[in-house]
Amino acid sequence: MTPTRKKRLITAALIVAGGGIATALILTAFEKNLMYFYSPSEVIAGEAPAARKFRVGGLVVNDSVKRVPDSLAVEFTITDTVHEVTVVYEGILPDLFREGQGIVAHGLRRPDGIFEASEVLAKHDENYMPPEVASALAAAKSGTTLKHPQ
Amino acid sequence: MDFSRLHKYASPMHFYSWSLAVAPWLGIACAVLFVVGLAGGLFYAPPDYQQGESFRIIYVHVPSAWMSLFIYMVMAGAGALGLIWHVKLGDMIARASAPVGAWFTFLALATGSLWGKPMWGTYWVWDARLTSELILLFLYLGYIALQGAIEDRRTAARAGAILALVGTVNIPIVHYSVEWWNTLHQGPTVTKFDAPSIDTSMLIPLLVMSLAYTLYFCTIVLVRTRCEILEFERNTTWVKQRAAGVNAV
Repeated sequence: MTPTRKKRLITAALIVAGGGIATALILTAFEKNLMYFYSPSEVIAGEAPAARKFRVGGLVVNDSVKRVPDSLAVEFTITDTVHEVTVVYEGILPDLFREGQGIVAHGLRRPDGIFEASEVLAKHDENYMPPEVASALAAAKSGTTLKHPQ
Repeated sequence: MDFSRLHKYASPMHFYSWSLAVAPWLGIACAVLFVVGLAGGLFYAPPDYQQGESFRIIYVHVPSAWMSLFIYMVMAGAGALGLIWHVKLGDMIARASAPVGAWFTFLALATGSLWGKPMWGTYWVWDARLTSELILLFLYLGYIALQGAIEDRRTAARAGAILALVGTVNIPIVHYSVEWWNTLHQGPTVTKFDAPSIDTSMLIPLLVMSLAYTLYFCTIVLVRTRCEILEFERNTTWVKQRAAGVNAV
């Protein structure tokens, strides 16, 4: 390699490395701000802002969804399997909202600890499978034998 | 090591000839795989247990997103070849790749947004994955704008290559954003160390589509690079001879 090429290569490598280090430092410094949501444990521990809106994310606890008849109001509990937060919301829930599924709620935490959401988004997981496979897995989990789906 | 042979294939004149012969075959292979992949994705793959039929958008969304990252790396790598080793062909390939990459990035963002509304409940959120992918689009647009703004092609190529190299820092951020931070976007399904968490019947069309997209990029970049070569080398003897030959036919 000629000396000029070597020099250019080193310069280019330094530019990329410098940019990389600078970005890594910035991202580390802003770590908290890059988190899209807080977990229920962080909320219980008081790490989430008290006076302004923030997002909380977790799995909807089974059998916790209570709907108020003749309205869009709904109440449910979300968990990170350690702590739980109760969420109240009035509005249309996304398609993927269901018990056991991850959601992200945006809103305020009331003084009584209940989270009043103005927006509820469903968080999709990374698993894709046909319905038969899903029901086979569920059956295997609950210990029952699967009848062949017709 | 003997680089003379490599040099020969990388010279614009030789590239012009062999790409002319190769591009149609790549195009045909791409078209076949595209039809097979699309049929597999839209008809043969079963619906998802949670999302039903809506999940089929991954056959456009995921390959587009992969291509948006892949093409950027090609662009930066080709730009570096031009910047450091003064390989003219590198500059031309980088310049030819940028708009293709920008469109794939746009496609990934647009299809993700359309899917996000019914599934998440929103078209857009400022989480780390979506934001870093949007920055990727701006990097592409910045590169294209730079090429348009600087008239001297060598200067434009050098400036573009530096921009592309600095921007490579965003590539791992896009990829790992879903692991480093809490995001609304789900984690990786296929590109993780464990077995892919997608049923094989759904995975195969996805891989076929990805291959089709890659071949599409290869075909288009060969054709576009030929245009770049003709424009860049329009005053050379071989281009003039070639043009004269074409006119004579």
